[in-house]
Amino acid sequence: MPWTRRHLLTIEELSLAEIDQIHATAAAFKKILGRNVKKVPALRGKTIVNLFLEPSTRTRMAFDMAAKRLSADVISLDGASSSTTKGETLRDTAQNIQALNADLIVLRHAASGSPLYLSRILNIPVVNAGDGAHEHPTQGLLDTFTMRERLGDLRGRKVTILGDILFSRVARSNIHALTKMGAAVTLCGPSTLVPGWFTDLGVTVSHDLKSALADAEVVMLLRIQHERQSAGHFPSLGEYTSMFGLNKTRASWLHPKAIIMHPGPINRGVEIDSELADGERSVILEQVTNGIAVRMAVLYLCFGGQPESVAVVD
Amino acid sequence: MPALWIQKARIIDPANRRDAVGDLFIDGGRVVASLSAAARKRARKIDARGLVACPGLVDIHVHFREPGQTHKETIATGSRAAAAGGFTTVVCMPNTSPPADNAGTIQFIKDAAQRDAVVKVFPTGCITVGMKGQALAPIGSLRRAGVVAITDDGDCVQSNELMRRALEYARMFDLTVMDHCQDASMTQGAVMNEGVVSTRLGLRGWPNAAEDLIVSRNAILSEYSGAHVHMQHISSRFSVEILRHAKSRGVRVTAEATPHHLALTDDLLSTYDTHLKMNPPLRTEADRQALIAGLRDGTIDCIATDHAPHTDYEKDKEFDFAPNGILGLETALPVSLEVLFRKNRFSLARVVDLLTRRPADILKLPAGRLTPGSAADVCLFDPDEKWRYDARAGQSKSSNSPWHGQTLRGRVRLTLVDGKIVHEATASA
Repeated sequence: MPWTRRHLLTIEELSLAEIDQIHATAAAFKKILGRNVKKVPALRGKTIVNLFLEPSTRTRMAFDMAAKRLSADVISLDGASSSTTKGETLRDTAQNIQALNADLIVLRHAASGSPLYLSRILNIPVVNAGDGAHEHPTQGLLDTFTMRERLGDLRGRKVTILGDILFSRVARSNIHALTKMGAAVTLCGPSTLVPGWFTDLGVTVSHDLKSALADAEVVMLLRIQHERQSAGHFPSLGEYTSMFGLNKTRASWLHPKAIIMHPGPINRGVEIDSELADGERSVILEQVTNGIAVRMAVLYLCFGGQPESVAVVD
Repeated sequence: MPALWIQKARIIDPANRRDAVGDLFIDGGRVVASLSAAARKRARKIDARGLVACPGLVDIHVHFREPGQTHKETIATGSRAAAAGGFTTVVCMPNTSPPADNAGTIQFIKDAAQRDAVVKVFPTGCITVGMKGQALAPIGSLRRAGVVAITDDGDCVQSNELMRRALEYARMFDLTVMDHCQDASMTQGAVMNEGVVSTRLGLRGWPNAAEDLIVSRNAILSEYSGAHVHMQHISSRFSVEILRHAKSRGVRVTAEATPHHLALTDDLLSTYDTHLKMNPPLRTEADRQALIAGLRDGTIDCIATDHAPHTDYEKDKEFDFAPNGILGLETALPVSLEVLFRKNRFSLARVVDLLTRRPADILKLPAGRLTPGSAADVCLFDPDEKWRYDARAGQSKSSNSPWHGQTLRGRVRLTLVDGKIVHEATASA
């Protein structure tokens, strides 16, 4: 089945076959990244604009790196330096970028649904680099890529996502990817941050840390933002850590071969003990590295590349 | 002006318990019981076979944006949209710019209405100065200037103490207080109904509880003060139960529901279409069913549109940033007929009642009946005609409607205000 999508907006809309295609393409690119000369000419002559209207370090650098490895020209624009601060609308900003002959826009935006909105306006592909609390599809793809590398087939495997699920686009993208791949997903955290509505997405919701971690082969931690405390979502960071922070004792409840993941940025000592973050079960930095290959795959496919032709792109 | 002789219409006039095929006579701008033989000869005859003739529709919740936001709508364009939808009497919300919190602004609106409006436009005034919820507006002066109710629509009065005083004060004039029921502390940044769909879409949720709390408060304060409180655009199922209970205690509360809350639910929002963004938001199927049940048993008294025009460029934004509100006047009748008459077995007369006599009676407006001697405000519609609604070709200055481009069933053929034709449908859609 050939790849036909021009945009990558959500994981929810992808089929399992499409996720497999992205992962296969990413695996091929990862091999290239291991070589001495890491660059391929696949997107030579193409211009990619990273339009980041909300702060980002990792995602933006990984998209930047991915585009460069594919030989595309990259321009990055952030909220502070764009005309949106002068009141220009997203439509106008994006249409100007298109008029400047950009070939693809990578969008990070605080408003959920904004990549879909742009995809309807523009003639060029749009890749979602995180929209509000909605989705962060390349993060979900790189997380599941990392899990597959470590665990193989995810069918029936217990994956627990722990932390601020309510406001997390990473959680939503992972939930969609993992349920399509047949994993058994459990969400855990305080009831204010993990409402029962999530069960509608085909996952288990639990507020009991021990049962949520028991025999999980993956635990994915999400950053706890202290802003949530002032909004009354939990009493204090200290209480959060005492009830839901991952420490050595609690990590022992996991499956013996379990891996520990985190999309970053990490609050050491809040959602995770420092030594666990740096420990041998942690794959946190592998996630970051895989982020380049996965984003190369996404850019390559959205430009019309086909998974099986990666081997010959260089 | 020659007399009008509307022939062989199905005349539905719930206030006079009339639902029968017959003739309707209009002379001197008034409904008359009959015409003299001489007048009959001169009268303009309208063949109304297959059509319903009913009192001109009444909408007690519209935003005509004048003064201050006339790029969205004016009293002139809004009133023409009303006429096109069969409405002959409308009540304007006071969230204009500046807000209608003083007699001068009310006079401005009345002057504009007299000069520009093709239907009858009644103003409301604010409950609080600048709709800021901090100090009472000069309610007595507003009353004298001619407001038919007070409301801070869009910005619910948050202080229970201030609301209590507003009700006690308004009670002195027996002035209705209308309230947009929303606990603002629970809806910070909220853009859609809170629930399964908002969770999936990653949009900030506006919980039913934020409405239920204020509906309860208003019922309690209405009973305590004796004032009449009208709850605007009720959307939550529990609110319907609270109202039912309050009414069973004899509390002076009334309520309205909008055609969009009766017809649409939040699961349509997967497209992030800003034409489905309004406040209160579209809710779940259970809520929608509760609203229909509330209309059926009289818990909810009437239909009101919350006609809220916004320009294309204002709505053409990220969902979070688009303004709340949709047009309602030109689609209210066909949408209400579809939901209530066709899908839920309400009688045609009942639907007409909810759009005419009931809303008029809530605010004691001189409208909503075809009693001989009353103003000849009449709506003539074909309940079965299918037509394609083109919001851009409509009478409103804006076109922000979720029904744009859709085929609707039930079409207004003729609207009369004081016996004068203010809207006549073109032969075919």
